Amino acid sequence: MNEQEQRRVADLLKRSFAPVNRDLGRDLWPEMLRRLDERAPGRHWFEVLFSARVLSAVPWFDWALLAVLIAGICAFPKAIPIWLYHF
Amino acid sequence: MELLEQRPGLLQLFAAGELDAFETLFRQFQGDVFSWIVRIVRDPAAAEDLTIETFWRIHQAHARFDPQRGFGPWARRIATNVALDYLKSTRAREKEWTENPAELEQTSRPRDPAIQHEIRERTQRAFQQLPARVQVVATLALIEELPHSEIAEALNLSTAAVKSRLFRAVRLLRRKLGNLE
Repeated sequence: MNEQEQRRVADLLKRSFAPVNRDLGRDLWPEMLRRLDERAPGRHWFEVLFSARVLSAVPWFDWALLAVLIAGICAFPKAIPIWLYHF
Repeated sequence: MELLEQRPGLLQLFAAGELDAFETLFRQFQGDVFSWIVRIVRDPAAAEDLTIETFWRIHQAHARFDPQRGFGPWARRIATNVALDYLKSTRAREKEWTENPAELEQTSRPRDPAIQHEIRERTQRAFQQLPARVQVVATLALIEELPHSEIAEALNLSTAAVKSRLFRAVRLLRRKLGNLE
C-alpha cells in the first residue's frame, strides 16, 4: 500500500461520510445521576426512598402537612382510628 | 480545563470514590468524551448514551485510577473501548465479501448524481463491514486525520499496530470497492 492509495481511499471515505457535529448540546449530568441511582449495588428500597436527593425533591408544604398530622396524632391519640378511616 | 483537573486533591478524591469529585470531572470532560465517541460511531444520539456508559465505567473503576496519571487520556481509552463494543454489538458483520467490486467501476460515471449516491452507499456499507477494531483505526486515521500516535494512545496500541490495522483497512476497502473514486 502506498501513500497515494491510502489518500485515495481517505478521499472516498470523506466524500461518503458527512461530517458529524462534535459539540455536546446538553448537560448529561442529570442522566448520569439517574444511571448511578439505578445501578447502585446493594441499595435497599428504603435507602433509595430516603436518599438526600429524593427527600430534597419533596416540596416544603408537604413537609408542613406531615408535621401537622404528626402533631395532631400526638395531641389527640384517640383520633387515630378516625384518621385511619379517612385514609 | 487542565486547571480544574489539576485542582489539588481532585483526582485523589475521585480515586477515593467521592461523588463530588466525580461530578466535577464529569462536567469538565463530558464534552471531550462525547466529541471523541461521536467521531468513532458517527451518531450523536448514540454517542450521548455511550458517553454516559463511559462515565459509568469510569465511576466503577475509580479505585483502579492512578491519580499520578492524567484523567483525560484514561477517560479516552475507556471511551474508545465503549465505542468499540457498540460497533461490535450493533453492526451485523458479514463474513464473506459477496459483491463484485468491479461491477460499478465498469458502469460508473462519477458526474452522475445517482451513481455518486450509489458509490457513497456502497462505500459506507463496505466500511461498516470492516472488523470493528480495523474500522475504528480507519475512522480516526482516514476520516478524522488524527496522528497515529494519538490513535495508538487511545487504543492502547503501539504505533506499528495502528499502521498495520490501517494497512488492513485500506487493503480490504480497495478489494471491496475497486476503483470507485
